Amino acid sequence: MGVWGQIMSNNSLVSIADYSKEEILAILDSAADFETNPNRKTLDGKVIATLFFEPSTRTRLSFETAVVRLGGSIIGFSDAATSSSSKGETLNDTIHMVSCYADAIVMRHPLEGAARYASEVAPVPIINAGDGANQHPSQTLLDLYSILKTQGTLENLTICLVGDLKYGRTVHSLIMAMSHFHPTFKFIAPDELKMPDEYKVFCRKKNIPFTEVNELNDNFNDADILYMTRVQKERFQDLMEYERVKNVYTLKNSMLENTKSNLRILHPLPRVTEIDPDVDSNEKAYYFRQAQNGLYVRQAIVSKLLKTT
Amino acid sequence: MEKELKVAALRNGTVIDHIPADKLYKVVSILHLDNCEQQITIGNNLDSAKVGKKGIIKISDRAFAEDETNKIALIAPNAKINIIRDYVVVEKRPLSLPSEIREIIQCGNPNCITNNQPVATKFHVIMHDEEIMLKCHYCEREVIRDKVKIK
Ligand SMILES: [Zn+2]
Repeated sequence: MGVWGQIMSNNSLVSIADYSKEEILAILDSAADFETNPNRKTLDGKVIATLFFEPSTRTRLSFETAVVRLGGSIIGFSDAATSSSSKGETLNDTIHMVSCYADAIVMRHPLEGAARYASEVAPVPIINAGDGANQHPSQTLLDLYSILKTQGTLENLTICLVGDLKYGRTVHSLIMAMSHFHPTFKFIAPDELKMPDEYKVFCRKKNIPFTEVNELNDNFNDADILYMTRVQKERFQDLMEYERVKNVYTLKNSMLENTKSNLRILHPLPRVTEIDPDVDSNEKAYYFRQAQNGLYVRQAIVSKLLKTT
Repeated sequence: MEKELKVAALRNGTVIDHIPADKLYKVVSILHLDNCEQQITIGNNLDSAKVGKKGIIKISDRAFAEDETNKIALIAPNAKINIIRDYVVVEKRPLSLPSEIREIIQCGNPNCITNNQPVATKFHVIMHDEEIMLKCHYCEREVIRDKVKIK
């Protein structure tokens, strides 16, 4: 069982840290190929299960479109209430049952570590589409793809991470993934939502220079990428403090005047108030196209795991 | 009491000495000595120059695999393990933390799969700036060794 589990987990995508630099670059390469032609029949006859134990329409539609455009079929459920887990079935049993029908499983689960566990018990590849606050590797890969596409390289970029750096899993995974490519980071967050020490320790270990500031203002004029995240009300104990932060952490078009011409603004979406709509028409706003890139990246991921490319 | 324990020499078996008094019962628990059939002598709150109050466990006719005794390193890194044969110490076994620890630790993250489904825990032992940390294999949260919750 041990060896079996190991072989299987190697063929799953649970965490961005499971992929080497070469594997990351190969996925991005493949995504670029799918972008030139996202409609082909390479998944013809394959059945992919999308098991969403908590709803995430955005991610589910992206995965399902990726599969359907490659000629594959979809089975699954979009929230736990309609699944057998609501009748108390263990994750182990659900995964085994679905593995009888599907060639691969895309899974989102509210519990952290659910995807790792599923990858150890499933006889088919598992693609983690988010396990609680832990990992969401397809998001990280589409972020990297967007950076590569807009900058022409992943090497030696200055990346500003803005907003909720404490709980935001996308920024944590981005730091891990970018660590292969000699980045310089600037962490811009209110004191309540500062980057946790373990990621600063990680950067020091990897000799990645970083600075920290607690005001947005014009702290990003040297940046190549401005990665915005949602500042959520429920993260604050003091609501007065939330109101203050919300106002100073809104990116406005006027703040982009002195930024570099190659700067692009990314956001994992959905946004709330952190990007003013007046930024949307600026050519530096890239967040909607970033979401579209998710389709090609997910086609590349599914194809890699099913070895159909 | 202490004198008596020292006199009660072991013919064959294992002596675990210099366990901090407050960790004694945790050692008993992680080695599953509560289900052990062999003769056991357990002493606690004995005076010790090294650890203040110490505990000691003597188990007759029982040898432990290294990965079993290494679990002790998690909670009592300075404990001493002596293997006795014919009243003679034949091995003083040094304790070292294994690179992976299964089942005995409980993950501190209430949202971890191991706290919500029948999934055995597994932790990786890693070093961070001289500090020994345990990282949950599943939810990937890290905890320093002193704060670890033993089941
Ligand atoms: Zn855990």
